[in-house]
Amino acid sequence: MAIDQVHGARKVGRYVLLSAMAVIVLFPIYMMVVGSLKPGNKVLVHPLLPTDFTTSTLREAWNSGHLGRALWNSALVSTVITIAQVATSILAAYAFAFLRFPGRSIVFVAFLATLLVPLEATLTVNRRTMQDLSWINSYKALTVPFLATAFGIFMIRQVFLQIPREMHEAASMDGLGHLGFLWQVAVPLSRPTIGALALFSFLSSWNQYLWPNLVTTNAKYNTVQTGLKALKSASLDKPNLVIAGTVIVALPIFIVLVAFQRQLIRGLTAGAVKG
Amino acid sequence: MAYPSRVAQVRLKNLTKQFDGVTAVEDINLDIADREFMILLGPSGCGKSTLLRMIAGLEDPTEGEVWIGDVMVNDVLPKQRDVAMVFQSYALYPHKTVQENIEFPLKVRKVPKPERAAAALDAATSLGLAEYMARKPGALSGGQRQRVALARAIVRKPAVFCMDEPLSNLDAKLRGETRAELIALHQRLASTFVYVTHDQIEAMTMGTRIAVMSRGHLEQVGTPQEVYDKPASVFVAQFVGMPPMNILPAGSLEPGDHLVGVRPEHLHITAEGPLTMMVQLVEKLGHETLVTGVVGSKRVVVRQESDEAHPVAGDLVRLSAPEATRHRFDATTEQRIDR
Repeated sequence: MAIDQVHGARKVGRYVLLSAMAVIVLFPIYMMVVGSLKPGNKVLVHPLLPTDFTTSTLREAWNSGHLGRALWNSALVSTVITIAQVATSILAAYAFAFLRFPGRSIVFVAFLATLLVPLEATLTVNRRTMQDLSWINSYKALTVPFLATAFGIFMIRQVFLQIPREMHEAASMDGLGHLGFLWQVAVPLSRPTIGALALFSFLSSWNQYLWPNLVTTNAKYNTVQTGLKALKSASLDKPNLVIAGTVIVALPIFIVLVAFQRQLIRGLTAGAVKG
Repeated sequence: MAYPSRVAQVRLKNLTKQFDGVTAVEDINLDIADREFMILLGPSGCGKSTLLRMIAGLEDPTEGEVWIGDVMVNDVLPKQRDVAMVFQSYALYPHKTVQENIEFPLKVRKVPKPERAAAALDAATSLGLAEYMARKPGALSGGQRQRVALARAIVRKPAVFCMDEPLSNLDAKLRGETRAELIALHQRLASTFVYVTHDQIEAMTMGTRIAVMSRGHLEQVGTPQEVYDKPASVFVAQFVGMPPMNILPAGSLEPGDHLVGVRPEHLHITAEGPLTMMVQLVEKLGHETLVTGVVGSKRVVVRQESDEAHPVAGDLVRLSAPEATRHRFDATTEQRIDR
């Protein structure tokens, strides 16, 4: 009885703590959604309460921020980057995990070392390269520098390394070549991790701000983040327009996260327990 | 379901394999006859798996030649060698069903679907797997997984089966049953088997011949009875047979400076034997009793019938070994001396 009570109290305590943390995390999002559904002059009146409900702020943000175009650009850029990163990561990881070639470890370490270089350190040089290639204000500038990722290669290599060598050998006896083994055995066995990588790639390219800001000056190439910045600059007197814009650009990412949350969690915990 | 007749003699000529300068297999010459069940027997690290993997094409020889039938296959890819392999860990594809696993080699070879389904069912039925076709390997027991791995090998109808300790992950009872199944399978398929094991019971019961290996070399090749009755070296004498053969300096039994080997069942406790043993341990196993002790500084085991009179630990007993049962080995080279 006493033990049950202790367990019960601990459980209640745990839930109270978790609920408090959830409130802290969700509060800014709540404020954002409430703010986006109020007319501009009512944002500061009872800011916590969803009064004077209207969609006009959202519509105005959509139109004046050209967010339709920005969403399309971001979707296109993120999709291209995601597909490319997944494909290049899988192929490179296969080489690092299954092929024996001279200098394999050194090349792999060199790949990993690029993770230590912060984006800011290479921004100027990369911007210059884009300029030399006349790629400023183009989709190429937004996508090409991100078609491969050392993080993705590392992540997929680790999961490929868990595939027993004997399975690779069995496949070669069965008649599979490298590509056959990759697509018919290695990739299906690594699906959760590959899914997680796709999600990370999509989220990080969707949320890119600094790079698109540097290589695009034409509003035609605005991504959601640069679009929001443009919206902010154009409507300094209407703070809730930016709030509404933020809600609009966060919505697709919210949907993606909800739809693939299981994949994300499985990917994050992949390799933690030998499966 | 015997295969169409196809000569699958395997010949290894001067085969050597080195890994980063370390020699795993050295200058092996071995002829494996068509339809033979050849056992490669030896302790861990003796090079038996490396030898098998060179036959399968999973390792390239550093020197020497591998012949299958009339073809030198050194430069032939594993998938083109007409060899199937059964691995110790089964190496099944966990994301595929039993049916897909068995069919897979045929699918890769673009065999039409109805044909490969029929072949898979045939192989599965012969191994008692027909009712598990829709399951994935994770839902099978170790023995069932092993049979799926066998079925995947059978379905290709290869000329040569290579098996790398396929029973070592099974419990003792299942191992015994599967051993019998493999013998039956070899007879049914009438194809060449090359089987790696460190288990001498598997070697003795399954092989038509045994190749005993030690430290990368072939110690002896012969039928199980030949290897047991006439071991070519001290190593073979002690590796084949359980408990191992007793090795003693000749002086205690007969003139000479060679070594004398006597199997535990050929040592008798008698009142007048030439050897004196201090008994240390008496193990009653039901059908027999093992008496362990020391003769001089050498550990010696005597096998007795269960109904014989047994000594007890601490007794001093006399042992005799009939001359005809003694094996003689050179004290330096440890090779057999035939008189």
